[in-house]
Amino acid sequence: TQSVVVQVGQCGNQVGCRFWDLALREHSHVNQKGVYDEALSSFFRNDDPRRGHRANCIGGRITGLKARAVLVDMEEGVLAEILQGPLRQLFSSTQLISDVSGSGNNWAVGHHTYGSAYREQIVDQVRRAAEHCDCLQCFFLIHSMGGGTGSGLGTFVLKLLEEEFPEVYRIVTSVYPTAEDDVITSPYNCVLAMKELTEHADCVLPVDNQSLVDIVGKIQHMSHTGKPSCVIKKNCTIISGQGGVVKVEKPFDAMNNIVANLLLNITSSARFEGSLNMDLNEIAMNLVPFPRLHYLVSSLTPLYTLADVNVPPRRLDQMFSDAFSKEHQLIRADPKHNLYLACALMLRGNVQLSDLRRNIDRLKPTLPFVPWNQEGWKTSLCSVPPVGHTHSLLALANNTCVQFAFSQLRERFVKLYRRKAHLHHYLAVDGMESAGFSEALSCLSDLIQDYTHLECPLMPNAPRLSIAT
Amino acid sequence: MERCDRLAGIFTMMSVAGGTGSGVGTYITQCLRDMYPQSFIFNQLTWPYGAGEVTVQNYNSVLTLSHLYQLSDAILVHENDTVHKICSRLMNIKHISINDVNKVIAHQLGSVLQPAYTADSSGHYCRNPIGELLSSVVCHPEYKLLSLCNIPQMSSTSLAYSAFNWPGLLKHLRQMLIASARMEEGIDWTVSVPSAVASGGESGTNSRQKCFNVSIANLLILRGKDVSTAQTDGFKDAGLYVPWFTTENSFSTWNSPVPFNGYEKSATLVSNSQSLLKPLDNIVRKAWDMFASRAYLHQYTKFGISEEDFLDSFTALEQIISSYTHL
Repeated sequence: TQSVVVQVGQCGNQVGCRFWDLALREHSHVNQKGVYDEALSSFFRNDDPRRGHRANCIGGRITGLKARAVLVDMEEGVLAEILQGPLRQLFSSTQLISDVSGSGNNWAVGHHTYGSAYREQIVDQVRRAAEHCDCLQCFFLIHSMGGGTGSGLGTFVLKLLEEEFPEVYRIVTSVYPTAEDDVITSPYNCVLAMKELTEHADCVLPVDNQSLVDIVGKIQHMSHTGKPSCVIKKNCTIISGQGGVVKVEKPFDAMNNIVANLLLNITSSARFEGSLNMDLNEIAMNLVPFPRLHYLVSSLTPLYTLADVNVPPRRLDQMFSDAFSKEHQLIRADPKHNLYLACALMLRGNVQLSDLRRNIDRLKPTLPFVPWNQEGWKTSLCSVPPVGHTHSLLALANNTCVQFAFSQLRERFVKLYRRKAHLHHYLAVDGMESAGFSEALSCLSDLIQDYTHLECPLMPNAPRLSIAT
Repeated sequence: MERCDRLAGIFTMMSVAGGTGSGVGTYITQCLRDMYPQSFIFNQLTWPYGAGEVTVQNYNSVLTLSHLYQLSDAILVHENDTVHKICSRLMNIKHISINDVNKVIAHQLGSVLQPAYTADSSGHYCRNPIGELLSSVVCHPEYKLLSLCNIPQMSSTSLAYSAFNWPGLLKHLRQMLIASARMEEGIDWTVSVPSAVASGGESGTNSRQKCFNVSIANLLILRGKDVSTAQTDGFKDAGLYVPWFTTENSFSTWNSPVPFNGYEKSATLVSNSQSLLKPLDNIVRKAWDMFASRAYLHQYTKFGISEEDFLDSFTALEQIISSYTHL
């Protein structure tokens, strides 16, 4: 099956680029013979200018890989850089949709103004990408929540994808701003976007910029301690982009690489072989018990591989423990001390079934699950490890801890909204009504309440069916 | 099917936890039943780890089992938990892979389906193994759940240093049956069968339910050296079985002098008994808790399975549980 990536806005496109670079790196690591295989066809099509679309068959030689992607930004800077950069051959110019002046950090401009202006063009490009797929299974939308384009236009695109391709899954990676974000109106943009995510996405992978900063800091600290037993193997961290096509490292690359790795790991079992495969449709199926509660907390371990071969490899069990620690989560949350609705463990590399079962048995008593899903685990084993690692684990949890992040967001929103600060910038936009704000706020409040309600320990009083004897 | 001279039956293998094996597998069984109404259909099912491997495994199990029970002639169950323990404790495998687990299941199935001499065909290998298996252990349409015990099972290094005798193997196997132990370790030897000719008729039945695993029928398959010397009387004890089925019909033996898969002597018991009652009850209980909370239902209704369908499935399984409980 194939997936199409839709990257919107500055953040969405920066992260997207890191994703494409690392994806190429990963595939070239595995694919030694230059054959266009099933794994590659998930995210890439094989273009042969001489034979047109007919080159796109599995088993032939790689002639010209093109990303299954649509890149949207209302500013020229980022897309222009892509078209001039080392990844330019991955995209034909039609796959890029841009405007000149940007959205001015205004959700309403992104959603309503640019949404209606570019609707046709976006649908066209997405349709084209979809037609190149034999079996399109999933859209990956990448964007940020705090700005105007990623947040506003990005969520417009999400709605569009649901309308035009209702059968195709929509997995959204949303980057949330830190509390100290320099965009003053980011709470407005976030909450307005949240309503769209709650209503139109199948699954959301929220990522907090602060968590990314912390993880990068942690890794860089490890690299510089100087202790021989703590020397990290070069280029084997989740923040490293070494070995990719792009040679020059940019400021946010380390953080964006983490998100790119998240996407690679979530799709690894769908691309590569393994003893216990997990396809993308299984993510929503197993982790989303109630349609609106689809915000998944993710954690990636290990963060790095140690260089010293004499140091005994960190026990596999430590990797499992780390996956549940606060420091490894990609949002500011502590799932261990809240309630799990369900949890997926996606393993890559040299990990066996017994390691997996042993660790589930070991960790289960320490992790609170809702009473009606005490065994709410979903597991997968993919044989191909990420580049530079022998094994890795991605944990995806549907956990009530997200309510705290959302509550903080609501507080920041209310602080501005109470005073009607900056509201006129939004209401001046054609299509933006003040009801939009109140509806978005109540949607968020409802969502937070849904999560809180689940923490109520009462089991519904429904005795089992009894058979007359 | 067309390539067969003589179709002995259809044997399907699938899991109940996932979507394809369970869902498509059930649908295919339905189609096969429609196309070949007279053929034997024998389903091997793999039940998932109790601690969880697919979040919606209990829903999928309930839906699969309730449908298959109507379509299939017999259902042979393997539990991942049991097979995993066999790998770790009996076979001493340190790093168990899915391949290891599957090899054990394949070994157990092979010990049943490999050619053997049966009561109906003592002169030549049985030509109708599935049919004979079904007539031996599935005598009533309400009781179709079969479990399997196979001994010995050990690592090849241990095997080199072990010697077996039939009395020892059969004694263990019998105790495994009545104590509901599915592997040859940690067998509860305190469980016993009260003597069949007991003075108390009804009170005897009650105490039996609490004490030991009641069987409807058993099929013993012996393979290997000196198989003709094996004494199987221990399994003919009427006390092991339900009173409404005579011992002549409830116990059968197959054998073959050919050793199986490197084991000089091996014994397999295919059993229609209460031993799957507890795991089945667990599955239904967990699925019901989830259903009562209405979790994941939207995922199923999206594809056409309604809440009524779920209720029908639960009813069917409670019926099966009730039937087996009241043996």
